Amino acid sequence: MYVGRVSGTVVATIKHEAFHGRKLLIVDQLDTAGQPTGAYDICVDVVQAGVGDRVLVLDEGNGARQILKRNVAPIRAVIVGIVDEINIGNWVIG
Amino acid sequence: MQLARVIGTVVATTKYEGLQGIKFLIVQPLSKQQQPQGEPVVAADATAQAGPDELVFIVGSREAAQALPNTFVPVDQAIVGIVDEADVIE
Repeated sequence: MYVGRVSGTVVATIKHEAFHGRKLLIVDQLDTAGQPTGAYDICVDVVQAGVGDRVLVLDEGNGARQILKRNVAPIRAVIVGIVDEINIGNWVIG
Repeated sequence: MQLARVIGTVVATTKYEGLQGIKFLIVQPLSKQQQPQGEPVVAADATAQAGPDELVFIVGSREAAQALPNTFVPVDQAIVGIVDEADVIE
Protein backbone atom coordinates (compact mmCIF):
# COMPACT_ATOMS: atom_id res chain seq x y z
CA MET A 1 0.00 0.00 0.00
CA TYR A 2 1.10 3.55 -0.43
CA VAL A 3 -0.03 7.11 0.19
CA GLY A 4 -0.84 9.13 -2.90
CA ARG A 5 -2.62 12.22 -4.12
CA VAL A 6 -5.47 12.14 -6.62
CA SER A 7 -4.40 14.24 -9.60
CA GLY A 8 -6.82 13.32 -12.34
CA THR A 9 -9.68 11.33 -13.78
CA VAL A 10 -9.97 8.74 -16.54
CA VAL A 11 -13.07 8.17 -18.64
CA ALA A 12 -13.37 5.00 -20.72
CA THR A 13 -16.45 3.69 -22.52
CA ILE A 14 -14.95 0.49 -23.87
CA LYS A 15 -13.48 -1.45 -20.97
CA HIS A 16 -13.44 -4.84 -19.31
CA GLU A 17 -16.80 -5.56 -17.66
CA ALA A 18 -15.16 -5.63 -14.20
CA PHE A 19 -14.72 -1.85 -14.56
CA HIS A 20 -18.36 -1.13 -15.42
CA GLY A 21 -19.85 1.41 -13.02
CA ARG A 22 -16.47 2.03 -11.38
CA LYS A 23 -14.83 5.44 -11.00
CA LEU A 24 -11.23 5.62 -12.22
CA LEU A 25 -8.81 8.17 -10.78
CA ILE A 26 -5.16 8.94 -11.46
CA VAL A 27 -3.15 8.88 -8.23
CA ASP A 28 0.43 10.15 -7.83
CA GLN A 29 2.53 8.21 -5.36
CA LEU A 30 3.96 10.45 -2.60
CA ASP A 31 7.24 10.18 -0.71
CA THR A 32 7.55 10.68 3.07
CA ALA A 33 7.91 14.45 2.51
CA GLY A 34 4.59 14.49 0.69
CA GLN A 35 6.17 15.11 -2.72
CA PRO A 36 5.26 13.11 -5.87
CA THR A 37 7.78 10.36 -6.62
CA GLY A 38 6.92 10.35 -10.34
CA ALA A 39 5.10 7.02 -10.15
CA TYR A 40 1.32 6.91 -10.60
CA ASP A 41 -1.54 4.44 -10.90
CA ILE A 42 -4.96 4.46 -12.44
CA CYS A 43 -7.08 3.35 -9.49
CA VAL A 44 -10.62 2.15 -8.91
CA ASP A 45 -12.21 4.34 -6.24
CA VAL A 46 -14.43 2.77 -3.55
CA VAL A 47 -14.35 5.60 -0.97
CA GLN A 48 -15.69 8.56 -2.99
CA ALA A 49 -12.31 10.30 -3.23
CA GLY A 50 -11.88 13.39 -5.39
CA VAL A 51 -9.14 15.27 -7.21
CA GLY A 52 -6.71 16.83 -4.68
CA ASP A 53 -7.43 14.27 -1.92
CA ARG A 54 -4.57 12.46 -0.21
CA VAL A 55 -5.47 8.78 -0.32
CA LEU A 56 -4.42 5.29 0.67
CA VAL A 57 -3.87 3.01 -2.33
CA LEU A 58 -3.87 -0.78 -2.38
CA ASP A 59 -1.84 -2.07 -5.35
CA GLU A 60 -2.33 -5.81 -5.13
CA GLY A 61 -4.81 -7.96 -7.01
CA ASN A 62 -6.00 -10.41 -4.37
CA GLY A 63 -7.01 -7.68 -1.94
CA ALA A 64 -8.57 -5.70 -4.79
CA ARG A 65 -10.76 -8.64 -5.79
CA GLN A 66 -11.80 -9.12 -2.17
CA ILE A 67 -12.92 -5.49 -1.90
CA LEU A 68 -14.76 -5.64 -5.20
CA LYS A 69 -16.35 -8.97 -4.22
CA ARG A 70 -15.24 -10.78 -7.37
CA ASN A 71 -13.35 -14.05 -7.79
CA VAL A 72 -11.84 -12.85 -11.05
CA ALA A 73 -11.06 -9.25 -12.04
CA PRO A 74 -8.20 -7.60 -13.92
CA ILE A 75 -7.92 -4.89 -11.27
CA ARG A 76 -4.90 -4.17 -9.08
CA ALA A 77 -5.01 -0.60 -7.80
CA VAL A 78 -7.86 0.49 -5.52
CA ILE A 79 -8.25 3.64 -3.42
CA VAL A 80 -9.22 2.28 -0.02
CA GLY A 81 -8.98 5.33 2.24
CA ILE A 82 -8.80 9.10 2.47
CA VAL A 83 -5.85 10.15 4.63
CA ASP A 84 -6.39 12.76 7.38
CA GLU A 85 -2.92 12.88 8.90
CA ILE A 86 0.44 11.12 8.77
CA ASN A 87 2.92 11.00 11.66
CA ILE A 88 6.53 9.97 11.10
CA GLY A 89 8.38 10.09 14.42
CA ASN A 90 7.35 13.43 15.91
CA TRP A 91 6.86 14.92 12.48
CA VAL A 92 3.24 15.46 11.46
CA ILE A 93 2.22 15.77 7.83
CA GLY A 94 -1.22 17.33 8.25
CA MET B 1 -2.79 0.22 -13.95
CA GLN B 2 -1.19 2.71 -16.31
CA LEU B 3 -1.87 4.71 -19.45
CA ALA B 4 -0.32 3.43 -22.67
CA ARG B 5 -0.36 4.11 -26.40
CA VAL B 6 -0.78 1.31 -28.95
CA ILE B 7 2.20 1.48 -31.32
CA GLY B 8 2.14 -1.86 -33.10
CA THR B 9 0.91 -5.41 -33.46
CA VAL B 10 2.43 -8.84 -32.91
CA VAL B 11 1.54 -11.90 -34.98
CA ALA B 12 2.49 -15.31 -33.59
CA THR B 13 1.13 -18.51 -35.11
CA THR B 14 2.67 -20.94 -32.67
CA LYS B 15 1.52 -20.06 -29.18
CA TYR B 16 1.10 -21.75 -25.84
CA GLU B 17 -2.32 -23.38 -25.43
CA GLY B 18 -4.96 -20.92 -24.33
CA LEU B 19 -3.45 -18.01 -26.21
CA GLN B 20 -5.19 -18.78 -29.53
CA GLY B 21 -7.46 -15.98 -30.69
CA ILE B 22 -5.95 -13.40 -28.40
CA LYS B 23 -4.75 -10.20 -30.06
CA PHE B 24 -1.31 -9.02 -29.00
CA LEU B 25 -0.38 -5.36 -29.37
CA ILE B 26 2.81 -3.46 -28.68
CA VAL B 27 2.10 -0.63 -26.29
CA GLN B 28 4.27 2.23 -25.04
CA PRO B 29 3.59 2.93 -21.34
CA LEU B 30 2.94 6.63 -20.69
CA SER B 31 3.31 9.08 -17.83
CA LYS B 32 0.13 10.78 -16.63
CA GLN B 33 1.03 13.66 -18.98
CA GLN B 34 0.94 11.02 -21.74
CA GLN B 35 4.69 11.15 -22.39
CA PRO B 36 6.55 7.86 -23.10
CA GLN B 37 7.81 6.25 -19.89
CA GLY B 38 9.95 3.12 -20.01
CA GLU B 39 10.22 0.53 -22.75
CA PRO B 40 7.36 -0.69 -24.96
CA VAL B 41 5.77 -3.98 -23.90
CA VAL B 42 3.55 -6.59 -25.54
CA ALA B 43 0.04 -6.62 -24.09
CA ALA B 44 -2.92 -8.91 -24.72
CA ASP B 45 -5.94 -6.90 -25.88
CA ALA B 46 -8.77 -7.82 -23.50
CA THR B 47 -11.10 -5.25 -25.08
CA ALA B 48 -10.56 -6.85 -28.53
CA GLN B 49 -11.22 -3.38 -29.92
CA ALA B 50 -7.99 -1.43 -29.43
CA GLY B 51 -6.20 -0.22 -32.56
CA PRO B 52 -3.07 1.65 -33.63
CA ASP B 53 -2.39 5.03 -31.93
CA GLU B 54 -5.18 4.49 -29.42
CA LEU B 55 -4.82 5.65 -25.81
CA VAL B 56 -5.55 2.69 -23.54
CA PHE B 57 -5.02 1.59 -19.98
CA ILE B 58 -3.17 -1.57 -19.09
CA VAL B 59 -2.91 -3.84 -16.08
CA GLY B 60 0.16 -5.87 -15.25
CA SER B 61 1.24 -9.04 -13.43
CA ARG B 62 -1.22 -11.83 -12.50
CA GLU B 63 -4.26 -9.59 -12.98
CA ALA B 64 -3.53 -9.27 -16.71
CA ALA B 65 -4.52 -12.88 -17.39
CA GLN B 66 -7.74 -12.34 -15.44
CA ALA B 67 -8.89 -9.93 -18.14
CA LEU B 68 -9.01 -12.76 -20.69
CA PRO B 69 -11.73 -15.40 -21.28
CA ASN B 70 -9.36 -18.14 -20.11
CA THR B 71 -7.81 -16.73 -16.95
CA PHE B 72 -5.10 -19.36 -16.58
CA VAL B 73 -2.83 -18.24 -19.41
CA PRO B 74 0.77 -16.97 -19.54
CA VAL B 75 0.07 -13.25 -19.99
CA ASP B 76 1.53 -10.45 -17.82
CA GLN B 77 0.22 -7.27 -19.48
CA ALA B 78 -3.30 -6.69 -20.77
CA ILE B 79 -5.22 -3.79 -22.28
CA VAL B 80 -8.38 -3.49 -20.16
CA GLY B 81 -9.86 -0.23 -21.44
CA ILE B 82 -9.80 2.35 -24.21
CA VAL B 83 -9.46 5.85 -22.78
CA ASP B 84 -11.90 8.51 -24.02
CA GLU B 85 -10.53 11.23 -21.78
CA ALA B 86 -7.79 11.54 -19.15
CA ASP B 87 -7.86 14.86 -17.26
CA VAL B 88 -4.92 15.70 -15.03
CA ILE B 89 -4.39 18.78 -12.85
CA GLU B 90 -0.96 20.53 -12.79
